Parts: sequence; structure tokens; C-alpha cells
Amino acid sequence: MSAESPEPTREELAARVADLEARLDDGDDADEDQPKLSIIATKGTLDMAYPPLILATTAAAFDWDVTVFHTFWGLDILHEERADSLELSAVGNPNLPVPNAVAALPGMDRVTTHMLERKLDANGTASVADLLETGIEMGVEFQACQMTIDLLDYDADDFYDGVTVGVGAATALRDMADADVQLLV
Amino acid sequence: MDADETLDATGLSCPMPVVKTKQATDDLAVGDVLEVRATDPGSVSDLAGWADGTSGVELLDQTEDGDVYTHYVRRTER
Repeated sequence: MSAESPEPTREELAARVADLEARLDDGDDADEDQPKLSIIATKGTLDMAYPPLILATTAAAFDWDVTVFHTFWGLDILHEERADSLELSAVGNPNLPVPNAVAALPGMDRVTTHMLERKLDANGTASVADLLETGIEMGVEFQACQMTIDLLDYDADDFYDGVTVGVGAATALRDMADADVQLLV
Repeated sequence: MDADETLDATGLSCPMPVVKTKQATDDLAVGDVLEVRATDPGSVSDLAGWADGTSGVELLDQTEDGDVYTHYVRRTER
């Protein structure tokens, strides 16, 4: 403030205080105290769809602010037609009781996928689609990377209602910089 | 312990006992107690951790009877 400025009147000071108080109230609404979680989901196999969805829904249960940015085959988790038919790869998966020579046979991915689906169901584990819909309902922001939507010939309408499209790496980076926890899956 | 609402989370596994508890406590009036019944052994640690890290809820007690774990959560504020 320069030396020549006239002293503000009481009314002007009162107006400034009221303005600052109003801005503070606005800040409270943004839930700025809540931790933020930012996940990048790049995989679209049945096993790898679970970690981002489980962490996102659990963080939402803690009232955290959650964003999941889906890119490449991670888009399939958000895809209305594909989310319920994600597969488990039999080839190159040493955790499965199937030798690679057998795993490479036609139809084997279907067999191992069916095996995992049965185990998930028997274990009371929610389906990928159920977890996704729960996450959307709880306010998780699911984003579909625009570049890979175009690359994989998908369409904005292919995704569940509530999924954000038209976003790219800059959006994801800003989100990660702002987050307390960042994960790449 | 007397509860005002009951949530049956038996047969569900992680993360659903926590997620459904969160959704049920959102509908709870301040001061009311929710009883959560679960069969997931991980729910003991998970629900305690969730209640500890979430404002407005308080874990009152956890009991074990055979395969069923019962948790009592009170809404303390909104």
C-alpha cells in the first residue's frame, strides 16, 4: 500500500472482512482436508482390473478424493460391453498350474478365465462391473484417456455413464501432483 | 450391544464389507449404532482401520462367534 492511499473507512474494512469470510466458507466446501488418491490403470486383464477398483472404492469409503485415469487396455475396465468379459492370460503366467506349451493352445485363456471367475464368485469377491458401478456411485472420478480411446477405435459412448472422457496426460499429471498417493497399475 | 441398524455383509470379501459399512453409516442418524455382520476375517483389521481413518464414525466393539465377525459402528457427527 502506498503512503498516499487514504485510510479505508470502517464500512470498507467491514466489507473486506465479509468478503474474506465468504471465500473461507467456499474453501471449506472443497473438502481440502481430505487426502487425494490418483491411480493410473493401464491393464485390462481380469486379475489386473481388481487392484485399482478395490483401492478406489476403499479410498472412497474413507471419503478420500479419488481419480482413476484409464489408459491403453485399462480402458476395458470402463467399457460397458467388455468390463464383464475381461480375461486372464494363460500364457507366460507362472502362477497358473498350466505349462506354457498347453497354455498356448486355442481356448486356454477362456479356460483359465473361467477358473478364476468361479473362484472369485465362490470367494464372495465382487465382479469388476459391480466394483466399477459402486465406485461411480461413491463419487470416484473414472477417466478414459482420449488418445487411447482413439487408438483402440473405441467411442466415448462405449463407456459407463459417469465416466469422464476427453482427458489426456496433462490432466493425469496435474491430478498426480495434487494427490497424496499416486499409483500406476 | 443394542444396534439401531443391521448390515449383513456375510459372504462378501474385501473391499465390500468396508464399502457397504461406509454406505450404511452415511444413512445413519448421529448417535445411532450400526451392527455389521461379516465372514471375511480381514474385516476385523479393515473395519478398525476404516473407522480410525474416517471422520464422523467410531468403532465401539468387535466380536467373533465361530465364522462370524460382528462389528459395532456409531455415527458421532455429520
